[in-house]
Amino acid sequence: MKRWIAFWNILMKDVRTYYLKPPNVSWGLLFPLAWTGMFFLRSQANARDILSILTGLVCVSVLFGTTSLLAVTITFEKKNRTFERLLLSPLPLNWLVLAKTSGGILFGLANALVPVLLACFLTDLSKVGWGQFGVAVFLLAVSSTFLGLLIAVSVSEVFEAQAFSNFFRFPMIFLCGLFFPISRLPFFLWPLSFILPPTYGADLLHGAIEGIQLFPGWLDLTALVGFCLLLFFLSLWNIRRRWIL
Amino acid sequence: MDRVIVVRNLWKHYGETAAVKGISFTVHAGEIFGFLGPNGAGKTTTINLLTGLARPDPVPAERPEESTELFVCGINLLKHPRAVQHLLGVVPDENNLYPELSGYENLCFWASLYGIRKKERQERARELLNTVNLTEVAREKFANYSRGLKRRLAIAAALVHRPGLLFLDEPTTGLDVAAARSVRRLITQLHQAGTTIFLTTHYLEEAERLCQRLAFIVSGRLGRIDTVSHLLEPVQGKQFLEVLCGPLPPHFQEVFSRVYPEVSLLVAGPGRFQVEVSPRLKVPALVQFLETEGVEVLEVKRKQASLEDVFVEITGIEAAAIKQEKAKGLP
Ligand SMILES: Nc1ncnc2c1ncn2[C@@H]1O[C@H](COP(=O)(O)OP(=O)(O)O)[C@@H](O)[C@H]1O
Ligand SMILES: [Mg+2]
Repeated sequence: MKRWIAFWNILMKDVRTYYLKPPNVSWGLLFPLAWTGMFFLRSQANARDILSILTGLVCVSVLFGTTSLLAVTITFEKKNRTFERLLLSPLPLNWLVLAKTSGGILFGLANALVPVLLACFLTDLSKVGWGQFGVAVFLLAVSSTFLGLLIAVSVSEVFEAQAFSNFFRFPMIFLCGLFFPISRLPFFLWPLSFILPPTYGADLLHGAIEGIQLFPGWLDLTALVGFCLLLFFLSLWNIRRRWIL
Repeated sequence: MDRVIVVRNLWKHYGETAAVKGISFTVHAGEIFGFLGPNGAGKTTTINLLTGLARPDPVPAERPEESTELFVCGINLLKHPRAVQHLLGVVPDENNLYPELSGYENLCFWASLYGIRKKERQERARELLNTVNLTEVAREKFANYSRGLKRRLAIAAALVHRPGLLFLDEPTTGLDVAAARSVRRLITQLHQAGTTIFLTTHYLEEAERLCQRLAFIVSGRLGRIDTVSHLLEPVQGKQFLEVLCGPLPPHFQEVFSRVYPEVSLLVAGPGRFQVEVSPRLKVPALVQFLETEGVEVLEVKRKQASLEDVFVEITGIEAAAIKQEKAKGLP
């Protein structure tokens, strides 16, 4: 119970002081809106096209939503020493890290809703498998948050965290089959695609929305869960190694 | 007496530099124990080691006969480095509260980390704001506080879970005279309420005034550890002549000890030294001796021996760094 009180208050504090700050909310809404609007306009409200780009839009929204503020909630708090104060509390490190990242996960999920809501008005979404869609979005959000976390705990400066996360985010848009299938990439880039978590999330989403999947569902799920655990424990290890000297 | 902290042979390296070199000491329940030393001596590192924010290194291979012990509140930190954290309050040398939250919100937030429920948190926050005299600015953002107010709120934040042991890292450094005084008053108040306090400082007077027992730390090593009155004993009643002068010639110490073999001389800086007052040493004769040696005398004054003299004697280091800080003055 005590841990839950601590967990909840850390999450609420981050939501209040970071995620719900007007600039971040408007960025969180505008960014997916702009992407979505741009793509939907290009497809000229052709139902098939909208469905085929919805996956990519949801992925991009999640990817940017989850990682946008980790440089602040983690790297910046380490620099101004409030993270050190958190480390002095009796909350176990894994709880603490989960509490500090769950804001990012929630923000990513909220961002994912923007393209879906827009698509609702433009096309018929009745064929979408919402169960699989939900699972995919959730695992995408968790894995990309933890990827951002790993970056945030591996650098010391805020700008480094931001630069590195862009270094990952933008290539992933092309490498992970978000807007066009991986099979259209040159074959030497395939191994790169297979080691990036969004590839599997995007695959699940394609399956849920259009019914086309590259891998079997169990493989996507296993890969995503595996990435989440790997990234989480790597981050914990890095905090212990670099921050608790 | 209960021993709240027991440290034996504690080592810590950062890369090539050894920040803490095999220190040993104990802190008793209910006392204010002071770590007195210049910047870079290893004070903060020691606090980090005692609070689980840093991990001790093994004893260097060339000293196999020694082994490290590290107990805080009866818990072995070598085995359970974070198990003790709910029993400690820590006020670091820099502020580490949330600038965008108010004083009241900060206290409520930090209390929640210890699993304290909402109603109790709010009561505790109000009570602490009252203790540290910040009720009036409770709703202001922490970012807008002055340094002194920030430090007082940091102390309050360290007390949210009613720890019996409080670490204070240079609590008055960087504060103006009035703010420093009010922080010291707060420390005394906490001590009287029964809190054991581990305090670091580089102000000699502060250590002398606040602490029951003191350890001198210089370059990661501890000098004598004793009560302030015991430390002062060897210099009690002694008087010194402090001489401010131009640059001293080389071999000055040798020449001096040839002329005044039984008078102890302490060179404290390029243009400053002191000698113990003795019947053999007359001021006019001393001045004349200095002038013939080519030393320009600016000022000679008599002063009572203080903790600073003990410090210089024990550590054998030049206290210039400490002196500089002192020049800024304490109330
Ligand atoms: N994180 C660190 N990395 C490298 N060196 C450090 C670190 N922390 C402290 N040191 C070094 O250890 C020594 C002791 O530092 P510190 O404990 O901060 O001294 P104090 O608090 O007494 O001023 C210094 O030489 C300092 O440069
Ligand atoms: Mg320090």
